[in-house]
Amino acid sequence: MYGRSFLGCRRSAGGGLRLLWLLIFLIPLADVQATPDIQHWTTENGARVYFVQAPELPMVDVRVVFDAGSARDAGKAGLAQLTSAVLPDGAGDLSADEIAERFENVGARFGASAGRDMATVSLRSLTDPKLLQPALETFALILTRPAFAPADFERNRNQMLVAVRHGQQSPGYLAEKAFFAGLYGDHPYGSPPGGTEETLQAITREDVLNFYKRYYVARNAVVAIVGDLDRRAAERLVQTVVGGLPKGEAPPPLPEVEDLAEAREVEVPHPSAQSHVRIGQIGMARHDPQYFALYVGNHILGGSGLVSRLNDEIRERRGLSYSVYSYFYPMQRKGPFLMGLQTSTEQAEEAVRLLQAQLERFVTQGPTPEELAAAKKNITGGFALRIDSNGKIVDYLSVIGFYGLPLDYLDRFVERIEAVTLEDVRAAFKRHLEPERNLTVIVGRGAVQAREAGGGAGVGTSSVSQ
Amino acid sequence: MMLRRIALIALLGLAAPLSATTPSVHEHTLDNGLKVIVKEDHRAPVVVSQVWYKVGSSYEHNGITGVSHVLEHMMFQGTKTHPPGEFSRIIASHGGRENAFTSRDYTAYFQQLEKDRLEVSFELEADRMRNLALNDEFFQKERRVVMEERRLRTEDNPQALTAERFNAVAYLTSPYRNPVIGWMEDLQRLTLQDLQSWYESWYAPNNATLVVVGDVRPDEVFALAQKHFGVLERRPVPAVAPPLEVEQRGLARLTVKVPAELPYLIMGYKTPVLKTAGETWEPYALEVLAGILDGGASARFARELVRGQQVAAGAGAGYNLYARGDGLFTLSGTPAQGRTMEELEQALREQVRRVREEPVTAAELERVKAQVVAGNVYERDSLFYQAMQIGILETVGLDWRVADEYVDRVKAVTAEQVQQVARKYLKDESLTVAVLDPLPLDPNKPRPMPNNGGDHVR
Repeated sequence: MYGRSFLGCRRSAGGGLRLLWLLIFLIPLADVQATPDIQHWTTENGARVYFVQAPELPMVDVRVVFDAGSARDAGKAGLAQLTSAVLPDGAGDLSADEIAERFENVGARFGASAGRDMATVSLRSLTDPKLLQPALETFALILTRPAFAPADFERNRNQMLVAVRHGQQSPGYLAEKAFFAGLYGDHPYGSPPGGTEETLQAITREDVLNFYKRYYVARNAVVAIVGDLDRRAAERLVQTVVGGLPKGEAPPPLPEVEDLAEAREVEVPHPSAQSHVRIGQIGMARHDPQYFALYVGNHILGGSGLVSRLNDEIRERRGLSYSVYSYFYPMQRKGPFLMGLQTSTEQAEEAVRLLQAQLERFVTQGPTPEELAAAKKNITGGFALRIDSNGKIVDYLSVIGFYGLPLDYLDRFVERIEAVTLEDVRAAFKRHLEPERNLTVIVGRGAVQAREAGGGAGVGTSSVSQ
Repeated sequence: MMLRRIALIALLGLAAPLSATTPSVHEHTLDNGLKVIVKEDHRAPVVVSQVWYKVGSSYEHNGITGVSHVLEHMMFQGTKTHPPGEFSRIIASHGGRENAFTSRDYTAYFQQLEKDRLEVSFELEADRMRNLALNDEFFQKERRVVMEERRLRTEDNPQALTAERFNAVAYLTSPYRNPVIGWMEDLQRLTLQDLQSWYESWYAPNNATLVVVGDVRPDEVFALAQKHFGVLERRPVPAVAPPLEVEQRGLARLTVKVPAELPYLIMGYKTPVLKTAGETWEPYALEVLAGILDGGASARFARELVRGQQVAAGAGAGYNLYARGDGLFTLSGTPAQGRTMEELEQALREQVRRVREEPVTAAELERVKAQVVAGNVYERDSLFYQAMQIGILETVGLDWRVADEYVDRVKAVTAEQVQQVARKYLKDESLTVAVLDPLPLDPNKPRPMPNNGGDHVR
């Protein structure tokens, strides 16, 4: 799909010293930076379409993405995910069994899921029309005429209740839940996408129906397609899939996010051998003008796996944790910045201190020139790997469409990374992060022991029970 | 119904032209015994390179379980010429992604790179195939990392812990009874000397396979391989008998009590794999059987156990035909809200009774085959998966060409054959049942729904 026909989008070189650098390291790669040719149009009813023709394999990936994630739950935590779950379990005159058969008879794979921002409905199918057409018709039926029958609603709610209980036995899940709750409070990003026992019990079938009617509409939809189709076939596909959706309206923007007023520590007692730690604060929105500086900076701090600063300090030098990382999680509104690890309970305090110190040092001093150069080489040198499959490209199309990123986002990605300077990284981290106002979440036995000793674990500490 | 039938015919007819366009695979063995397999895929200007060693937890003896995996970690801790961590830094500076994985039958190392950087990978992999510099300080540190990994993956994960204990009971003599990551007690007593001799025993070109998939030319890859790996000397490798499992004489049952919220059930029946099966069609019939039970939302478990009877919140069937020794056909599940473990086990056993007593329907069989045919195309969207498949087949002692037979072998399976393998292998005499019996997560708090989790199946 990024074959010779799409060589049009090359990076332009910068000036001065950087040009020399480019000549040495990047010119030999010029023809590998070809990016997919993204075709974009809007349907009559208002859905935004992003299409990449990929003739190499006789298959197609279709994603329909709605602004209908858990951020739209409006106090009914779990509503977006429950809607996704019931969606394929009956549509038109077809039962859940019949729908599943229709897809699997032709080898098609269907999926529906919801995160905080997005609800995604997806299909992977072979492109032989005799196989693709029935899959698309079933897909369209699910999107436009879901039944939400009471029995299917109840069963899926019960399954989500079991999933909530499964989460209770997972310290990693508990840490994430406590982190988002502690950071966002009553903001829509604070509610757990999977819901709680209480909120799930309160959701009714009408809630699901109304959620679907409000949010599963064309003007709230992005359609991403990658596959072995020409433009006309793609247009027909889109018409089949979302042509029947009502226009509707995109929802109003989510409320702004407030920063934490002061540092906070939250402890969640759990009988696990390890303590799971999350430290962080409000980070950035997807549209942040300093996105690339923060991305490159975090790559150095804790985003580059085995070679990041955090990995070096925590794992390579001290053997404290198998997995240690940091990331920004940009969303429509400001998503979190967080650092995380897991370590034996008796080492948790030391690990928390180290993470905190690393962040303070990075925000104060920024990276070294060598670190910045290495990070850029890694990100730009590996650019081809980001778009080396239909699956990865359709992911990018979804993000570009949903967040309204420019169509040349991939074409200019390498150039934007190259443009980041040391000062950009320092300025962006100083502006976005205040290490003295972190939220620290610790899930583990330390919290149990503190509670059993009858004392609080310090000022500003709250204990959250499961 | 008519429409569906037409669609299926079209689908099954599609396989022939597709396999004709399958990218070509080339094979070459260096004088030192290193086998190099190259699969061309020119969709994107990238390459994946994997080095597979014929060693894993099933090669380990009592007392050193986990040594293969700890050694995998140590392979990033420096050679005579590259200090610890430098391997990763060099790969990163070339835009690469890298890691490694250990399993029962193999240990593998991989890099994903822009196609022109392949030589970087070869140079570093050839170096650590021979020149690893094991050092006690780094070993002590890395052992702590692996212990944390074990706590993360197993100790604090009730279902994984149950699966670990299940394997230890289900396999009587096969080394598959030991966890890949090793028992914590063995990790504690492992020595640097254990690692050194493990490395010297198994890390040799004649015990490895180099798999390269991507936008490359086979002759160039072979030349590069010769340049970097060709200088390594062939070494004697221990002769190890393949995993052997003695016949089970009756149902085995165990209970695992750990703090948890949900109960969990695993049932496993002894089954052959492609390598050990007397009849080659049997493993493929077992694959189809797994698909009939758990191959998607239309399969029996989703349709009947999750949606119909609503006895399971989730249920799965598992079978792996590519291994060195006999394995298990497993059924597993979590009861639905308000249902008991007895009800779930009864429902799973009823599923087994049915596949033993009644042939699967033609529609079910066709559906499984349609999914396999389509899956064979979808898999080609991932270079990594394609390389994995070649590496696994070679390393368990099959031939990579076996993968090309898969679709045709599955398509040849009949309903009678599915019933035959169900009758032959899904029998109580070779069954092991494990039950996760949750202890309270918070000893001060009663379990929220005691009727739901505390069922003791004896």
